[in-house]
Amino acid sequence: MEIIVVGLSHKTAPVEIRERVAFAPDCFHDALRAVRDLPGVREAVILSTCNRVEVYAASRGREDGVENLIRFMAAYHGVPEPDLRPHLYVHAGSDAVRHVFRVASSLDSMVVGEPQILGQVKDAYETASQGQATGLVLNRFMHKAFSTAKRVRTETRIAQSAVSVSFAAVELARAIFGSLEGKQVLVIGAGEMCELAATHLLENGARGVQVTNRTLARAEALAERFDGRAVPFEEFAYHLPEVDIVISSTGAPHFVLGPDAVRAAMKIRKQKPMFLIDIAVPRDMDPRINDLPNVYLYDVDDLQGVVEANKRERAKEAEKAEAIVAEEVAAFLGWMKTLEVTPTIRDLRARFDAIRRAEIEKTLKVFGDDLTKKQRKSLEAMSQAIVNKILHEPSVYLKRVADDPELEFAVDAVRRMFGLDEEPTDKEPPS
Amino acid sequence: MTNIWVLHSSVVVYLVATAFHLVYLVTLREPVLKWARRVTWAAFVLHTAGLVIRFVEVGYTPVTTLHESMSFFGWCVAGLYLVLQLRYHLPTLGAFVTPVASMFVLAAASLTGHMEPLPAALQSAWLPVHVGLLFLGDGAFALAAAAGVMYLIQERQLKRKRLGAWFRRLPNLEVLDELNYRCLSIGFPLLTAGIITGAIWAQQAWGTYWSWDPKETWSLITWLLYAAVLHGRLTIGWRGRRAAIWAIIGFGAVLFTFLGVNFVLPRLVPDLESLHIYTG
Repeated sequence: MEIIVVGLSHKTAPVEIRERVAFAPDCFHDALRAVRDLPGVREAVILSTCNRVEVYAASRGREDGVENLIRFMAAYHGVPEPDLRPHLYVHAGSDAVRHVFRVASSLDSMVVGEPQILGQVKDAYETASQGQATGLVLNRFMHKAFSTAKRVRTETRIAQSAVSVSFAAVELARAIFGSLEGKQVLVIGAGEMCELAATHLLENGARGVQVTNRTLARAEALAERFDGRAVPFEEFAYHLPEVDIVISSTGAPHFVLGPDAVRAAMKIRKQKPMFLIDIAVPRDMDPRINDLPNVYLYDVDDLQGVVEANKRERAKEAEKAEAIVAEEVAAFLGWMKTLEVTPTIRDLRARFDAIRRAEIEKTLKVFGDDLTKKQRKSLEAMSQAIVNKILHEPSVYLKRVADDPELEFAVDAVRRMFGLDEEPTDKEPPS
Repeated sequence: MTNIWVLHSSVVVYLVATAFHLVYLVTLREPVLKWARRVTWAAFVLHTAGLVIRFVEVGYTPVTTLHESMSFFGWCVAGLYLVLQLRYHLPTLGAFVTPVASMFVLAAASLTGHMEPLPAALQSAWLPVHVGLLFLGDGAFALAAAAGVMYLIQERQLKRKRLGAWFRRLPNLEVLDELNYRCLSIGFPLLTAGIITGAIWAQQAWGTYWSWDPKETWSLITWLLYAAVLHGRLTIGWRGRRAAIWAIIGFGAVLFTFLGVNFVLPRLVPDLESLHIYTG
């Protein structure tokens, strides 16, 4: 049994192609059934997000399986094969395993470490397993992909730092205030950037938004959306002492806030820290404000700098993540190998022979020197014969199902029944 | 002499704990932190046992010689750290505090810890009260200074807008400032009570509440300093960077009162002899 992956992503295909081969949510079961009906394919999972479309399959053959999947993708979506092929990537065996583990761990994402992809992979698997499209191999495979992603998440800091400007603002606010719970926000200018940054702050616990704008009506409109209140532009400086976070993005050609106003406000608020975010170009706030004690002023370039630093940090963490993936891939491939017939028969023999030898030894010890050489020999021969006779039927059965769909189940059942993947215990089996 | 052996082994465990905390600071791996805390607890328990054994062996509260004071001060710092880390989420605090505690205990262990009968002047029930209060207060000031150092590093990162390796390793400014304040508000009453009990004891022993002994003078300077810092915070908002700097300066005064008065001052001003002499 071979795991194969055929798909395309933001890295290999433009959106014009991706949208043509995306699977609509209501046709998943249909598509999954079609994949499973392909010759050689036993199990299937389809992942379809706006950034990637991938089909995972457990297939008897590698080359045939891949070709069949490509043809299916083209035919199912009505895209001519020659148009599709150059955008597709194909993985089989260990490459396929690594690819899916990396996808689930968000190492292949446009923004490395973004958290949504794992949920999308889980949904894809959920759908497939509900439609009975998955079996022994893909069930285990997908669960290993989830646990790999979880390890990456907990053992590296790949997703811990902000990689967008507005999240960087939240990260900084946390570094200054600890919790944003109950922090007051003043928004200067009613633009879209302000709205986005304020939304993130509110989602993280800030409350009490005041909005000011040269046109009061626009301030009122934005304030309403935040459940806050509008403040006339001429008066906003009076409200500075009450606010912990200021976001500014006006179209003003000059500074709208200078160090004197902030210094006066800080005195009134007894030096409680203040965080000012200036996302306007040209800037709204005099950079000298940053020199005041307990005041932190970040402009767009500063925030961008934080984002760049975080991206570098993520890249470093991604290396650690790749090591975890490699480990998990090796472990999974090890398990795949056990699903083959020959090693299973070999393990089965070894296990039985170990039991036989232990029992013979015990018996011989009881008799001590009472037994003649000949008697010993025949005891050995008898035990050997019993083991061979017992193992005959299972061995024949396993060889017979080697080409059947039930192979993996049979092998798995045998391995578990006789504990072939566990360390032999020292304890005597009850006789 | 059992107590010496126990103390020496606790030094080894303290150093291991420090190593764990420093490794955590570099790697930020959770299991390392778990072990760092466990080992710190182990060192503290062992150290406590050493102090108790010494108490039994010498027959008085072992805080009179330099060896004993260093050891007891290290014990206070470690103990306060262990209590505070239960309440605050400050994973890397240990990397700043355990080296300090370890150094003091190590210094204590490197001094001869031989036991002598308690001098008559110190045979009083005030001894454990007076010294205990002061060292506990000093321990709190040490933690305030550690929080101050962490605050200054983190604040510099945020002001300069270069969020480097330290940024991810230090907690937020708010919690550091709060820890600073909390430690001062624990340490200050202890220092005050320590000075008052000392004055009462002086009245009983020497017939005068206050004799401008250098140790007394420096205690008073330290007390005034912390009083000013606390007053500044409560009335005009001396917080953040300023509070952090003063916590560090304050701890400098604490150290001078503790050690400088005995070792530095006599060299500078030979006539000035402190009555608070360590017999060690």
